[in-house]
Amino acid sequence: MKYIFYPGCSQEGTAREYRDSTLAVLQALGAEVQELKDWTCCGASVAPVMSDLLGLVLPARNLALAEQQGNGRDVLTVCSACYTNFRRTAATLAIDRSLHDKVNQALEVEGLTYQGKVTARHLLDILANDFGPEAIRARVQKPLEGLTVAPYYGCQTVRPYSPHDNPQRPTSMLPILEALGVKVHRHPREASCCGTSLLMTKPEVGLTMVSAVLAACEGADCIVTVCPMCHMNLDAYQDKVSHLLGRTVRIPVVHLPQLMGLAFGLPEESLGLRRHVTPVDLKF
Amino acid sequence: MTEAIDLAVIDRTLVQKVVPGRWEKMLSCIQCGTCSASCPAAHAMDLSPRRMWRMVQLGMIEEVLRSKSIWLCSLCYTCHVRCPRGIPLTETIVRLKELAIERGIVSSPQSDAFYRTFADVMRRYGRMREVEFMARYFLASNPLAALGFARLGLKMLARGKIGLEVPRLGGKGRLDRLFQRVAELEGQK
Repeated sequence: MKYIFYPGCSQEGTAREYRDSTLAVLQALGAEVQELKDWTCCGASVAPVMSDLLGLVLPARNLALAEQQGNGRDVLTVCSACYTNFRRTAATLAIDRSLHDKVNQALEVEGLTYQGKVTARHLLDILANDFGPEAIRARVQKPLEGLTVAPYYGCQTVRPYSPHDNPQRPTSMLPILEALGVKVHRHPREASCCGTSLLMTKPEVGLTMVSAVLAACEGADCIVTVCPMCHMNLDAYQDKVSHLLGRTVRIPVVHLPQLMGLAFGLPEESLGLRRHVTPVDLKF
Repeated sequence: MTEAIDLAVIDRTLVQKVVPGRWEKMLSCIQCGTCSASCPAAHAMDLSPRRMWRMVQLGMIEEVLRSKSIWLCSLCYTCHVRCPRGIPLTETIVRLKELAIERGIVSSPQSDAFYRTFADVMRRYGRMREVEFMARYFLASNPLAALGFARLGLKMLARGKIGLEVPRLGGKGRLDRLFQRVAELEGQK
């Protein structure tokens, strides 16, 4: 399995441990991963608001680079917002010839052309479908028995451009978690929204969204996420959520590849578990 | 007695910018309210999603742009995938936000500062610099609110989650040419 890796901006900053653990786990599974050279921001949720065209040009720039460098490989994304921007751009331009031409007119200044030949995939899709529970179970050295884990998919991981799971009741994480030996804490907020940037622009509204998710996960030993934004919001605001709910809420939040790395017996340094705001202290 | 509304007389100049090629689709909204019931931020909105879409159908775009509701959408796409008429609601909200910014209508100063600062950091470095973005966002929106984040910031610094970088405010930005080209192409429409 060979992939071209688009890290995304948070992987160079707040979510560096997500990138490190992703690369460590994929290497353990035997994947060949090559980072996209000269990548730039996908535009996040911001570019499409500043201009419809900019919101397509910024993802297309990276897709064009991936076509140049990837040799037909799929693009691996770990951030659900990057993933959605890439898939939205590909889907939009595939059915609108004139818009596609316009995007390429813009990309001329970067010396690039987007052909529409590359596929962006989410890490969760790749783990669930390219590798699958059997390959993952075969790599487990320390089954995480006794650990109860609450899966959290968030929104853009599974909708609306994601063909790999049910957009409202996703299940693709379950076989992976079972392969790791954990007990799964199912809850009604698995595909709810974490609040994203509302935590900054409308904190009082964002906090109600984070607290709804955290409250649904209470009882689990940890929450497992597959998006750096979801991770940040669930991990970093637990003091404020505790204040809001009038009781202490303290649940470690880990990225899926961190949990896999623990089960694979990978060195803790490569997993970055000490980088989280809510201390990760898991007993299994 | 009920009064009939003649959809033919609605001024569609603004509506067409928001729903290019989707006007027929938008008219198919049956006001079932699935969007309002699905929205995780509806409780905080001044216009409920259902009401907002009715106003869009009636061409009341100015009023919608002045509402806080559009800025409370976190793009979770729940209404979008649940709409029984298949109207691409979330992406239409993105177009409403774009139109509000284009027309300089600021119904949420924090959101306005958020989008403008983010776009500027992106243009300058090509990639997001989270710490610089946060610092500039708080300065532009509400420096006092930064105090609420100070404790968290210190924790993140201690964990090595964030680092300090020197901002580079002058000189050429990494994506200046691309942004400029997009603006030229958009001007042609």
